[in-house]
Amino acid sequence: MSSESTQSDQRPRHRAIVAGHGEFAAGLVSAVEQITGLGSQLIPVAVHKLGVADIEALLRERMIAEDVRVIFTDLQAGSCTMASRRILRGMDDAVLIAGANLPTLLDFLFAEGMSAPQAARHAAERGRAAIAVHGAGA
Amino acid sequence: MTLVLYRIDDRLIHGQVVVGWGQPLDIGFIVLVDDTVAAEEWEQELYRMGVPPEMDVYFHSSADAVNHLAKYRSDPRAGILLTGDIATMRRLVDAKGIAAVNVGGIHSASGRVQRLRYVFLTPAEERELRDLAARGVSVTAQDVPGARPVSLDDLLAGNEP
Repeated sequence: MSSESTQSDQRPRHRAIVAGHGEFAAGLVSAVEQITGLGSQLIPVAVHKLGVADIEALLRERMIAEDVRVIFTDLQAGSCTMASRRILRGMDDAVLIAGANLPTLLDFLFAEGMSAPQAARHAAERGRAAIAVHGAGA
Repeated sequence: MTLVLYRIDDRLIHGQVVVGWGQPLDIGFIVLVDDTVAAEEWEQELYRMGVPPEMDVYFHSSADAVNHLAKYRSDPRAGILLTGDIATMRRLVDAKGIAAVNVGGIHSASGRVQRLRYVFLTPAEERELRDLAARGVSVTAQDVPGARPVSLDDLLAGNEP
């Protein structure tokens, strides 16, 4: 550790927001934590009681406050995805990955030598490829 | 088929609509009635991207929608009509008799009081719902098909099933 490190350097750096239906975000982040111990790098966001405008405001506020430019959501048609796409319209350096799964997040967190948007795109491909069907003649 | 669901939902097109209702009802199209969305091509594209390719989405302002309802009701596919607020649905009810309205989601906002897990209402909105019922419309709350419909009386009393 550098001699110039301060206590604030010890705080886990947030790298992305995870948002979706029900407890999707908390569940995925919990799984990431169990597998890797890196769950604290993700910010889980739940939006149970919020309307569309409030979802957008909440996600935007967390992105700015934590200086995060990557959002993972669960469903292309979901309210969090819709809100995130509105945010991206005015935030050119941000990236949204809709349809995220656990392999997506794991790949993102272990990406090295890439910018956050590059890592997110790489992770999306890995998450897509990680879906497999077994049994029953598959 | 015809329009099989008239839904008030301030999230408009989202997971519950496209997947939750869309799949079991075999929905072929959605009619989205919202003045803001109808006026902005970018917003329309946003909602189009949220539905599967086999599902059509049609956008109308509240004034314009009245003139197209007959066409949608005679469509051979099953469809859902969505409004983002009670007042817009009320205008459609006034113009083109609608027998039943589903309150699918009205979320937390300033001045609203929580009635159900997914329904928050101002006093004015409560009056609007009562007014719909007084016009002979069956008003129930139900977020997803698997949930039990909640009568207007229970909705306004906050009786979650």
